[in-house]
Amino acid sequence: MEMPKPKEDLLARKPQIIARLREVLPADAVIDDPSETRAYECDALSAYRCQPLGVVLPRSTAEVAAALKACHELGVPVVPRGAGTSLAGGSMPQADSVVLGLARMNAVLETDYTNRFIRVEAGRTNLSVTGAVESDGWFYAPDPSSQLACAISGNIAMNSGGAHCLKYGVTTNNLLGVTLVTMEGEVVEIGGPYLDAGGLDLLGLICGSEGQLGVVTEATLKILPKPEGARPVLIGFNSNEVAGACVADIIKAGILPVAIEFMDRPCIRATEAFCHAGYPDCEALLIVECEGSEAEIDEQIGMIRQIATRHEPVEFREAQSADEAARIWLGRKSAFGAMGQINDYMCLDGTIPVSELPFVLRRIGELSKDFGLDVANVFHAGDGNMHPLILYNANEPGQQEQCEKLGAEILKLCVEAGGCLTGEHGVGIEKRDLMDVQFEPADLEAQMRVKDVFDPKWLLNPAKVFPLGASASRRAS
Amino acid sequence: MRVESEAQLAEAVRDAGGALAVRGGGTRPVGRCLGEPLEVGISGITLYEPGALTLVVGAGTPLAEVEAAIAAEGQRLPFEPANWGPVLGVRGQSTVGGVVAANVSGPRRVQAGACRDSLIGTRFVDGRGQIVKNGGRVMKNVTGYDLVKLMAGSWGTLGVMSEVAFKLLPAAPSQATVVIDLPAGAAQVALAAALGSPFDVSGAGWLPGTGAVVRVEGLAESVAYRAEQLRRLMEPFGPVRVEEEGSAAIWQSLRDLEPFIGKDGDLWRLSVKPSEASDLVARLGGEVLLDWGGGLIWALLPEGSDVRALASPYTGHATCMRGAAGVTFEPEPAPIATLTTALRAQFDPKGILNPGRMS
Repeated sequence: MEMPKPKEDLLARKPQIIARLREVLPADAVIDDPSETRAYECDALSAYRCQPLGVVLPRSTAEVAAALKACHELGVPVVPRGAGTSLAGGSMPQADSVVLGLARMNAVLETDYTNRFIRVEAGRTNLSVTGAVESDGWFYAPDPSSQLACAISGNIAMNSGGAHCLKYGVTTNNLLGVTLVTMEGEVVEIGGPYLDAGGLDLLGLICGSEGQLGVVTEATLKILPKPEGARPVLIGFNSNEVAGACVADIIKAGILPVAIEFMDRPCIRATEAFCHAGYPDCEALLIVECEGSEAEIDEQIGMIRQIATRHEPVEFREAQSADEAARIWLGRKSAFGAMGQINDYMCLDGTIPVSELPFVLRRIGELSKDFGLDVANVFHAGDGNMHPLILYNANEPGQQEQCEKLGAEILKLCVEAGGCLTGEHGVGIEKRDLMDVQFEPADLEAQMRVKDVFDPKWLLNPAKVFPLGASASRRAS
Repeated sequence: MRVESEAQLAEAVRDAGGALAVRGGGTRPVGRCLGEPLEVGISGITLYEPGALTLVVGAGTPLAEVEAAIAAEGQRLPFEPANWGPVLGVRGQSTVGGVVAANVSGPRRVQAGACRDSLIGTRFVDGRGQIVKNGGRVMKNVTGYDLVKLMAGSWGTLGVMSEVAFKLLPAAPSQATVVIDLPAGAAQVALAAALGSPFDVSGAGWLPGTGAVVRVEGLAESVAYRAEQLRRLMEPFGPVRVEEEGSAAIWQSLRDLEPFIGKDGDLWRLSVKPSEASDLVARLGGEVLLDWGGGLIWALLPEGSDVRALASPYTGHATCMRGAAGVTFEPEPAPIATLTTALRAQFDPKGILNPGRMS
C-alpha cells in the first residue's frame, strides 16, 4: 500500500507543532510520546500502520476548533478518528499528521421523544445511542456489526449500514443534523431537528465523506419507536442460485423483512465448527427476520414459507422462542470470529444488484480456484452488499499480496456486474486505487472539487478516497 | 430549446451564451426562472429490476409514466411525490428529474424518507458541460462522495440531471386511516403520540374539513390490527373513526394540497420542529394544512404576508411556493452561505444554471 512521502519539514517541526497544540488545548489533550501514540497507528485494517506526529483528544467542539485552527495555520494534515473501527484504513495516520480522536466526546446532549430525535456528541458509540433511549421504548436504527465499539462520528464519516438497513436505511437516512468544524476551525451547524433542511443538501454531502470535509462533533439523529416484536426464520438450500432466486421472490412479493442474510457452505461449516449453532448442512442458507405484532409476523412468515416452499428448501426453521431466535442469529453473528479462528482473512465489501447474485457467486468461486485461496461468503442479501472473506496465511510470504490481488479482482467483478466497490466500509486507503474502475476522471474531479471547497489546502485525511495520482497536485499545493 | 439526449444536453450547456432556465415539465415554478428555457426531454426507463427494487430512468420521463410502470409490478416510489401543478396553477406533466430537483416528498416522508433518501444514483451535466455520474443502481454505496444527495433539492442550479436511479418499495396491498376530529392547533400532540407508537405509521397530518389523520399500510390483517390499536390510542384526543375505503383519497388530498386549489393568496411551506406546529398555526393565522406530524406546515395567507416575521422565532425554514415574496427560499446563515456559494462556483463557474433560483 503506497502512502505519500511524509513532508520532511513537518517531521522536523514536530516539537513546534506539539508545543502549539499544547498552547491551545489542555495539557492532557495532547499526546506525543511514541509509546502512547502507538495505540493510534492503525484502525481495524491493522495490516497497515504508521505512527503519527501526535494525537489530540479534545473534550468539546471549541477544543476541536482550536486544534484544527492550529493545524491549519501550521499546514499539518489531520486524520480524524472516532473509535478506530474502520475496516478500510479510513483513520490510518500519515507520519506527518496529527490524529484527532473524538473518544472523549461521548455525552448525550438532548433526547426529545415528541420530535423523535436524540442529539449526541459524535464520539458516542452506536449501541450506546440506543442504550440511552431503549428503556423508554425507542432505538437508533443503523446497526453496523461493530456497533458495540464504533462511534457515531465514524458512522457518519462512512455512512454506515447494518443488517437492518433493508427496512430502516443507512446512516444518511437517519441523520438530521450535525455540528461540523471545518479545517480552518469554523463551526458550522447543518440541518437540525426537522425533516427537510433548506438550501443545498450539505448534510448528505458530509455523510460518507470519510472525514475529508470537516470534523463532525455533534449529531442530531432520528430515533424510532421499537417494534412490538421480531422473529427470524432460517431457510437452507442446496444451491446458491436457488437461495438467490428466493431472495428476489420474497422482495417481489411485497414483503419487506427487516433483514435478509445469506451464508454459503464454507461459511456455514466454519461457524458450525466454531459455535455449534445447529445450522443444516447445505450449500446456502438465508436468515430472514420479520417485525411487528405476533399476528403480523405470522402473516409475513406465512407468505415467506409459501415462497420458500416453491424453491424446495432442505430446511425451513421458524424460531418458536427467544432462545431459538438467538440460536438462528448465533452463527451469523459469529461468522467473522469463526473465520478468524480458521485462518487470517481479508473481508471485502462490494455491492451488486441482487439479480446478479448467482453469476457473481459462481465467478468468485472460479477466481478463488485461479488464485488458490478459499473464499467464504456471508452478506446482506436484501440489498446486495457482499462480504466475501478471502482466507490466507499472513505468515507465508507472498500470500497477503496474492490475497490483495484476488480482492481487487472480486471488487472489479462487482463493478462490472453493475455494483460498486464499497457498500458500507468506505474507500479509505484500501480501495483508493481502484476508484478509477468505477469512476471516470470527470466523476472523480467533481468529487474532488467538493473537497476543494471545504478544505482548500487538502489537510483533512488527505491521502484517502481518491487515487494518489488523481489527487497529487491538490495535496502538493 | 429542448434536448433529448445526454450528448445534446452537454452540448447545450457548453455552448450556452448566457443563463439557462432548466425545466422538466414546468409544474414547479417556484422561485425565479431566468434565462433561455432548456427543456430536458431525455425520457424512458433504462433499467427496471423488480426483484432488486431498483429503477433507472431518463430525467425527463413523466412521473405518471414511471408510476404506472412500477405499479404494474406492485411497486411504488417510497417517498410518495406530490403533484403541485394544480395548486400552483400550472398545467403540464411532472417529470422525475423535476421531482428530484425539488426533492419533492409526500406524506410517507415520516416513514420512508424524502425523495433524496430513495435516490441512489444520477448522471448530470455540470455548468462546465461535463458529464458526471455519481451513485449507481445498488441500494448501498459509499464509494466516494454522495453527490446524489447534493443534486436532490438543488433545483437544477449545480447541474442538469440526465438520468436518475431510485430504490423502490413494494406497494402496500392495504391501507387504513384513523381520523380524529380536532382543530389544527391541537393536532401535533395527537400525531406525536401516533408516531411514537410501535404501529409503523406511514402518514400523520391534519386536513381542513377532515381533522387529524393517521395512516397505516401493509398486509391486510396487519393493517386492521394496527388501525385498531391506533384508534384506541387516539381516543383521548377527540372523536375517532377508522376510514378504509376513503383512505387513499384523504392522502391524495393532503399530498396535493387539494383544499387550497383555486384559492387566492400566498402559499407558504414551512419545515419546522414538529413541537412548534401548534404555536405556529396560531401565529400564522390563515388556512393551514399539516403533514409529517406537524413538521411540515402549508399555509395559505393573504397576499404579501411576511411569513418569516410572523413565524419568528422558529426552527427550520420557510419557502414561498406561490406569491410575491422577495426571497423565495430561507436565507442561509453566513457560514453555510460561504460554503454553498463556493460549491456553486465549482459546479457552475459561469453561473448559468438557473441563476438566482434558490434565493
